[in-house]
Amino acid sequence: MTAVENRPAAEIGQSRLRKEDAHLLIGRTTWTDNITLPGMLHLAILRSPMAHATITSIDVSAAKQRPGVVAVFTGQDFAETQGSIPCAWPVTPEMVNPGHPSLAVTQVNHVGEAVAVVVARDKYLAQDALEAIDIDYAPLPVVLDMEAALVADTTLVHGHTSSNRSFTWTFESGAAGTGAPIEDTLRDAEVTVRRRFIQQRLIPSFMEPRSTVVSPNGEGVTMWSATQVPHILRTMLALTLNIPEHKVRVIAPDVGGGFGGKLQVTPEEVICTLVARKLGKPVKYTESRSESLMSAHHGRDQIQDITITAKRDGTVTGLDVHLFADMGAYLRLVSPGIPVLGAFMYNSIYKFAGYRFVCEGVFTNKTPTDAYRGAGRPEATFAIERIMDALAGELDMDPMELRRKNWIKHEEFPFTTVCGLTYDSGNYEAATAKALELIGWDELRREQAERRARRDPVQLGLGISTFTEMCGLAPSRVLGSLDYGAGGWENASIRVLATGKVEVVTGASAHGQGHETAWSQIVADQLGVPFDDIEVIHGDTQSSPKGLDTYGSRSLVVGGIAVVKAADKVVEKARAIAAHMLEANPDDLEFAGGSFSVKGSPGSGKTIQEIAFAAFAAHDLPDGMEPSLDSDATFDPENFSFPHGTHLCAIDVDTETGRATIRKYACVDDIGEVINPLIADGQIHGGLAQGIAQALYEEAVYDADGNLTTGTFVDYLLPSASDLPSFLTGRTVSPSTTNPLGVKGVGEAGTIASTPAVVNAVVDALKPWGVQDVQMPCTPERIWRAVAEGVGGAATADRSAEGTVAYGGASTASSDGSGEGEQL
Amino acid sequence: MIPASFEYERPANLDAAVRVLQDGGEDAKVLAGGQSLLPVLRLRLSYPELLVDLGGLAELRGIREDGDAIVIGSMTTHDEVLKSELVRQHAPLLAQATATVGDRQVRHLGTFGGSLSHADPAGDLPTIALTLDAQLHATGPGGPRVIPASEFFLDYLTTALRPGEILTAIRIPKLGAGWSTHYEKFDRVAQAWSIVGVAAAVRRSNGSIAEARVGLTNMGTTPLRASLVEDELSGAAASAATVASASRSVTEGTHAPNDLAGHADYRNHLAQVLTRRAVLAAAGI
Amino acid sequence: MTRVSVTVDGVSYQDEVEPRLLLVHYLRERLGKVGTVVGCDTSNCGACTVLLDGRSVKSCSVLAVQVTDRTITTIEGLAAEDGTLHPVQQAFHDNHALQCGFCTPGMVLAACDLLSENADPSEDEIREGIEGNLCRCTGYQNIVRAVQAAASEGRASSASTGATTGVTS
Repeated sequence: MTAVENRPAAEIGQSRLRKEDAHLLIGRTTWTDNITLPGMLHLAILRSPMAHATITSIDVSAAKQRPGVVAVFTGQDFAETQGSIPCAWPVTPEMVNPGHPSLAVTQVNHVGEAVAVVVARDKYLAQDALEAIDIDYAPLPVVLDMEAALVADTTLVHGHTSSNRSFTWTFESGAAGTGAPIEDTLRDAEVTVRRRFIQQRLIPSFMEPRSTVVSPNGEGVTMWSATQVPHILRTMLALTLNIPEHKVRVIAPDVGGGFGGKLQVTPEEVICTLVARKLGKPVKYTESRSESLMSAHHGRDQIQDITITAKRDGTVTGLDVHLFADMGAYLRLVSPGIPVLGAFMYNSIYKFAGYRFVCEGVFTNKTPTDAYRGAGRPEATFAIERIMDALAGELDMDPMELRRKNWIKHEEFPFTTVCGLTYDSGNYEAATAKALELIGWDELRREQAERRARRDPVQLGLGISTFTEMCGLAPSRVLGSLDYGAGGWENASIRVLATGKVEVVTGASAHGQGHETAWSQIVADQLGVPFDDIEVIHGDTQSSPKGLDTYGSRSLVVGGIAVVKAADKVVEKARAIAAHMLEANPDDLEFAGGSFSVKGSPGSGKTIQEIAFAAFAAHDLPDGMEPSLDSDATFDPENFSFPHGTHLCAIDVDTETGRATIRKYACVDDIGEVINPLIADGQIHGGLAQGIAQALYEEAVYDADGNLTTGTFVDYLLPSASDLPSFLTGRTVSPSTTNPLGVKGVGEAGTIASTPAVVNAVVDALKPWGVQDVQMPCTPERIWRAVAEGVGGAATADRSAEGTVAYGGASTASSDGSGEGEQL
Repeated sequence: MIPASFEYERPANLDAAVRVLQDGGEDAKVLAGGQSLLPVLRLRLSYPELLVDLGGLAELRGIREDGDAIVIGSMTTHDEVLKSELVRQHAPLLAQATATVGDRQVRHLGTFGGSLSHADPAGDLPTIALTLDAQLHATGPGGPRVIPASEFFLDYLTTALRPGEILTAIRIPKLGAGWSTHYEKFDRVAQAWSIVGVAAAVRRSNGSIAEARVGLTNMGTTPLRASLVEDELSGAAASAATVASASRSVTEGTHAPNDLAGHADYRNHLAQVLTRRAVLAAAGI
Repeated sequence: MTRVSVTVDGVSYQDEVEPRLLLVHYLRERLGKVGTVVGCDTSNCGACTVLLDGRSVKSCSVLAVQVTDRTITTIEGLAAEDGTLHPVQQAFHDNHALQCGFCTPGMVLAACDLLSENADPSEDEIREGIEGNLCRCTGYQNIVRAVQAAASEGRASSASTGATTGVTS
């Protein structure tokens, strides 16, 4: 902690109330859909009702005659200009990217794909005219099951490719030189446990539907969009549509949540740009929730085949991971990289000798997948924490004891893992001890034994997740080694105004995370200026021209450090001026509380505000000194950060109905130093809700024809306040050693950690029935079946229902959507 | 999403409403609270040409006592129903079930009559009306008539209301002394429709169950009465074992749907468990 | 076109509207009340919640023509004229009950409605009381805390003024 060690931190660590709240609380918001421009036209998009079909004809003539309609476009109109939605992460040189038109031209590959766009004077009229578009489709067989998709001579999603496999990405510790050859550990295993886990498909479900406004502007455009990534979007839009990058301005105004779901360059953003440029008019498109659920990218959707080996004493030796990862119909911005991000996390906090990770990316006729909170790491954490429980069962060991035996001891840090990552700090013992106490573990275990003994129909299950994650995406050289198309640095600049007020420009792009508040706290400490004297500027490529945006728990760990570095530069400039003003040697000055003074003579100093004015006036500066305190810094981390924690779940399972109700949830997270505990806790809470929702509630289900049957919030079940418990949260602090604030990142921790804690608890509750697994989401029906069928459980029993996707989970009885009536 | 265009009438009295509805023919639809209809219109699952808004008909709102029954105007909101002293006193089962309908916002606008007319088999209130032997009053071109709840729900989203007919009031016989009731609703999240619901009304007498009624939500295309269970319980000893045994007959005559929310065999199982629980709770066993 | 006459946030409006115009679109696009937002098609999310004659409703599931002669309060009309936040708004701020803020207008108004009826709700009553409003950011924990805080503040202020209505708008 070089930057702040000289004085007490006044702001960092305080639960400052958020600056962001003021306008949000009174509805003075700038959501993209709130934006109206003179002469603006409204877009409505016709979406494919077919999962896989050739477009044989499109007739838009009637639609063009509808009232208020200005134009109607199809993919043919933009076939030469629309380019392909970019994929920035070609994970292998051989990876197959079939191309991704924004408006389908000759073929549709998933339900919800855009096929035509109506431009009208208002959105009601635009919506009406969609119904006058006449399209003929020639249906093609649909590809929905990943394993079936990889069989030779099967239907191809994209006829011009040779298989439905996009890529195979492999890591093996023997070959990489980071551990033993996996074949050795498999061969020498005393105990081997294999499991197949299903990561169901999820929908990020940010509360603000996506919206885009584009105003053409000479040869360029200004775009407002509900995006997490205005900077990436700017560059990608320029490349995709051949617009000079300096002519593209992207603004992310108030953005209502993202969770990875707005880490994208969307077809709708491209379509808006194409139409605005073609008509020379500003346009707006705002999706409906139904459109959002079927066309905004989905997350997860993996089949995980996991093998763990151990010695009879419980020492783990090897971990062999094989994934099928559903890309959906196309590759979007970082689709292939999502499962690969998990590659380094399956070994988690445990000391494996050998490790292998093989991931096959597969095309199906479903909505493309991409980042969703955690992105690859929740899947990894789930698999390892579930199979550690399975191994404990096999060895008849206490699951916590097994973990303790195998995790990296506190004194062993820094520790280089079997996949070559160096964990800089951590204390699994401390976090675990605190969590056990927080939840009252021993008492719960006693109660569990008692309820088991009396065969209570409502059984108690206790679940553990001792997790870590890699945050702060990411060291650019690491991204380069993983074939990612860009770096992982972040930029910040600081402008010190004449009156001593400060503007902080950040390349991070907040959409709920509270950067304005947290960055103000950091700068207040670094520069010694009042919290309220700081304005944080973000989310507009014109005012914050350089950045790589917000995702992967990176903003504080990378962007926040860039702010520190920029502040350091301000201080150094100020020091030179102060020395000049005080007629002292710069090295004799100390800086504390926003004031420079000669060491040993406190009170004699110059405040940063006085120095700012002196720099502004520039009447008497040191020779050669430019009249400015402003600074700019770009920070590229050398390593990831590794938050960790212990999450514990106590769940009541009604074995008669199958309902699982969380009774207590406790977590102790070690996210390093904390800038604002209130905000950090809020991130944990929200993350927990999403992770728990994967365990118990959410699942995107397709029927046999490739229709999304969970197409509204009536069927895609987001938990409400009454479906979630109150969380017990705690913290331990093992500062990160790789950045000057000692911070690690917190955005995804709750989501990554919680899912296996809940499922482990459900399975633990059913231990007396010999149940080994329950597929997610652990619906009452699945739990009931597991109880009814006992050993080996019916993890999969309800998957095989009539004519549905093999692992689609909750299924519909027929392919015509028999659940439809439920939507009324 | 945005509804397709339609004409709109807001008649000032019932006669006018019937006339407007009749004139509108097949393409006219009644708008009560709109809490089921508006989402359907927004998703463009329905294209009525005329909406007849009953919101102006004060005569269809309110709850009154009428001898051995309470009478609830069809346009009475869920919120008004569940706060009514009369309902709590004489039809607590209705109050209990109504409290689970939708959420506060939906209950502020949604109406009792609207829910019954919509006749969604996953809806809770049709089951309650059926269990409480409600009489449904309707008025149409042919004048007023009374339809017993047992003859009102014909099929999935289909009622005995004739074209041009409007449900005006629901008459619910008071449960007399000795009766007690319970509704067991099973859903996955607070906002979801019932996977299965079971309503039970039990009259106890001298340690036995003198009379019982059991109504089922979402176990067929209409709400159902589990008459076999009712028969087995009537006159039976008020014991957990008896109730458990009788509850096993609940699936007789049902046709549980197979859908996203649950498979039929699971629903059949749930119906048995929930029937047992509902009857035990109602009977205070 | 049908005539609608309505009072919104203390101002009377009269407009000719298409019958199909949703209340939320009337508020947003005709009156410029963009503080009220649309989050879904099925009245699940509650982001569009407003108070209709003091009671919470989802303005995406009401036609503008249905509210003629009624009074509506949106999030923009909740704070006092001098800018002092409503106790529920203040409690949301004090308890970090919002992150992205998209659900906040609806959540705040739903909480106002709940507290106007139940000045001293239990945690379960709060959770059930706001079950018609989805939030994806907070896990609801701090929202529940905020409603508890507002309730407590409301009881304190009504005790001091002798009022009996708790927190209401």
